[in-house]
Amino acid sequence: MTTLDSPPVTAASKIFNFPRNAWYVAAWDHEVTAKQPLARTVAGRPLALWRNSDGRAVALADACWHRLAPLSKGKVLGDEIQCPYHGLRYNSAGRCTGMPAQETINPSAIVPSYPVVERYRYVWVWVGDPDLADPDTVPDMEQMDSPEWAGDGETIYAPCNYQLLLDNLMDLTHEEFVHSSSIGQDELSEAEFEVSHSDRGVTVTRWMRDIDAPPFWLKNMRDRFPGFEGKVDRWQIIHFEAPSTIRIDVGVAKAGTGAPEGDRSQGVNGFVMNTITPETARTSHYFWAFMRNYRLDSQTITTQLRQGVHGVFGEDEEMLAAQQQAIDANPDHEFYSLNIDAGGMWVRRILDRMLQAEGLPAAAAK
Amino acid sequence: MAVNTQTWWQQGRVAECDELAEGVRRIVLCPDRPVHAAPGTHVDLRLDLDGHVRKRSYSVVRSEDGGRRLTISVQLAPSSRGGSRHMHGLCVGDVVEMTGPVQSFPLGVGADRYVLVAGGIGITALVAMADTLRRRGADYTLVLAGRSRRVMAYLDHLVYTHGDRVRVFVDDEDVRLDVESLVGEIAGSPGAPRTEMYMCGPIRLMDAIRRSWMAHELPEPNLRFETFGSSGAWAAEDFVVHLPQLDRSVRVGKDSSMLDALEDAGVDVMWDCRKGECGICQVKVLDVDGRIDHRDVFLSQQQKEAYTSLCLCVARAARGESEPGSADPAAVTLHLP
Repeated sequence: MTTLDSPPVTAASKIFNFPRNAWYVAAWDHEVTAKQPLARTVAGRPLALWRNSDGRAVALADACWHRLAPLSKGKVLGDEIQCPYHGLRYNSAGRCTGMPAQETINPSAIVPSYPVVERYRYVWVWVGDPDLADPDTVPDMEQMDSPEWAGDGETIYAPCNYQLLLDNLMDLTHEEFVHSSSIGQDELSEAEFEVSHSDRGVTVTRWMRDIDAPPFWLKNMRDRFPGFEGKVDRWQIIHFEAPSTIRIDVGVAKAGTGAPEGDRSQGVNGFVMNTITPETARTSHYFWAFMRNYRLDSQTITTQLRQGVHGVFGEDEEMLAAQQQAIDANPDHEFYSLNIDAGGMWVRRILDRMLQAEGLPAAAAK
Repeated sequence: MAVNTQTWWQQGRVAECDELAEGVRRIVLCPDRPVHAAPGTHVDLRLDLDGHVRKRSYSVVRSEDGGRRLTISVQLAPSSRGGSRHMHGLCVGDVVEMTGPVQSFPLGVGADRYVLVAGGIGITALVAMADTLRRRGADYTLVLAGRSRRVMAYLDHLVYTHGDRVRVFVDDEDVRLDVESLVGEIAGSPGAPRTEMYMCGPIRLMDAIRRSWMAHELPEPNLRFETFGSSGAWAAEDFVVHLPQLDRSVRVGKDSSMLDALEDAGVDVMWDCRKGECGICQVKVLDVDGRIDHRDVFLSQQQKEAYTSLCLCVARAARGESEPGSADPAAVTLHLP
C-alpha cells in the first residue's frame, strides 16, 4: 500500500494518455528476425525491429536520418540495417556507418535507438528517457516461459484506446454478458470481489463457490479429471502491473476441496497473460496467451485453449471496437463509473501518477 | 536516445551573464517556449552582425527547470566571424532570437566506456554529458585540454564534480595532451570495441584524434564529434575569391565566412548545414594562392590534401604561418557554374 501524495483523479478520461517511461511489448520474440526488419509503432513511436548477428534484438526509429524513408522496408546486413532508399547504413546504436557518394560520414547522422529487453517470449522496448530504462522493471510474466506452465497466445490489433482493454480485463463481470456461451455465468455478477493496490499494482479477487462449471471450465476439468461431474469452486484473481500488464489467475476446483484456502490440487489452473501496448491514442497491440499448469505435454490442449480463448477474445474485440466508435461519436458525453469499475479506476490513478511524473496530461492529445 | 533535429524560432531573454574564465562569458537564456535540452544539444541564435543576419550555434551547457533556463558559454575569439563579440556585448534583459534545443550530438546508451575529450571552449558540449554519465554510474573519463588554466571554463567545477575521472592537460604548464597515447590506451584496453569517444574542440585536435582512431582501427561510428566549423588550422585572415565564370572577385573579411561573403555579394549558391558537415556547398577549386584551411568534416583527409574542392560554408584561404606578413591576401579561384 502507498500513501496518497497527489489529489485523486475523479473523472475518467475517455481517451487515456500513455506513459513513455515504461517497458512495452513490441513483438513476440519469433516476430523479430535477422532476415528482415519488422515495422511496429509502440507508444506513438514508429520502430524498425531486427536482430544483430549475435541474436540481440534492436529497435531503431523507423525513419532514416536523411529523408525519413522507413528503415523497416530496408535490409538487415549483419550488424547493420540499410535504408531502402539511398542505402545509408546504421548500426544497432543508430549511428550511421555508411553514406553514398562520399568518403566521410556526417557526424550528426544518427537515428534514435531504443533500449530493448527480451524476456518472457517477448521483445520489450522503452521509448521514454533511456536513462530511466531499468530492465528490473519489466512487468512480471514468469508463467510465459516457466517449465511449470505450458501454453501459447496471439496478438490482437485492437482499434481502441489501451485503457478500454485494461478496463475490460480489470472487471470480468462482462463475461456474463459478452461471453455467455463459454465462460460467462450468472454467479459472476452476484459474487463479491475485493480490490487491493500498491504503488504499481492492483489486484481484484473474486471467488464463486459451489457453482456449475461453465462450458470452457468443464472441458478443462475433464482434460485433467476424465469424466468429471459436479459442482466447482471458481476463482478469478486479476493482477495488474503498471503500465499495462494484466495476469489473471483463473481456475476451478472440485467444490469444497479447499481451493479458496490454498489447496488447488483438485482443480485446474490457468493464467491469462495480457500485455497491452498502446500504438496510438485509438489503437493498441494486445498480446495475450493462456498458460496452464496441468498436462503440460499436450500440444492438443495448448492448441484447443489458444483457439478457445481466440474465440472468447474475438467477442471482446468486437465490443471494444464498437465502444471506441461510440465514444468518438459522442464527444460531449462523459464516462460514469459503477461499483465494478474499482479495479479499473485504481489502474487509471496509477497511470495518471506516472503521466504526472512525466509532465504529461491524463487525456491523450487529439 | 532522442534525436531532435526540428528547428523552430522563439525569443529568449538574457537572465544572467558573467565572466566564467578569461574571455569566456556565461549567458543564461530564458526561452519563450521552454523545452528541456538533453546532453549534446545546441541552440542556434540569429544575430545581427553589421547589418547582416547570421546564425551561430552554441552548445547548451546546462538545462534547468525543464529548459526554462538554458546556459551557454561563449569564448571571445579575436579572429571571430563577429558572433562572439556580439554575444559578449549582451546584457541582462536583452532579448535574442533563438531556436529550441537542436540535437545532432546525442549521448548514446549502453557503451562499456565513454571518453569525453574537450579542447578549450569545446567543453561546453560535454559538461551535460559528463553529468549524465556520472548519474548513470557509467564508466567514463573526461579529458580537458587547454592553453592555460585561466581560459579553461568550468575547470574547477569539473574537477570538483568528477574527481579522478578528469584528466587535465594545460599547454602553458607543459602538460600537453598526447593524442597518440590517449587513443592508444583505448585501443589497448579490453573494452576497446565498445568504447565511445565524444570530442569537441579545435579542428586540429579533432583531426589528430580521428587519424589516430582510424590508425588503431577502432570502430569509426564510436568516434563522435561536433564542430560548428568555427576553428581552423590557422587564424582567420582576409582573403579573395575569384569566380572566373561570373567574371567576379569577392573579398572575404576575417569576420565573415566565404559563403556569407558570396551571398552578400549577390552570388546565388546552394547550402544546407552551414557548419561543414553535409557537403551541399562543396565546390571545385581551380587555383589557390596561399593555403586552403578546409575546416569541414565532409571531405576526407585525402580529398582535403588534393586541393580540388572545398566547402564554402567553413573553408578559408590563408597565408598561414609559412608566409607571415605577406602583403597580398591569399586567394582561391573557384568553379561556380
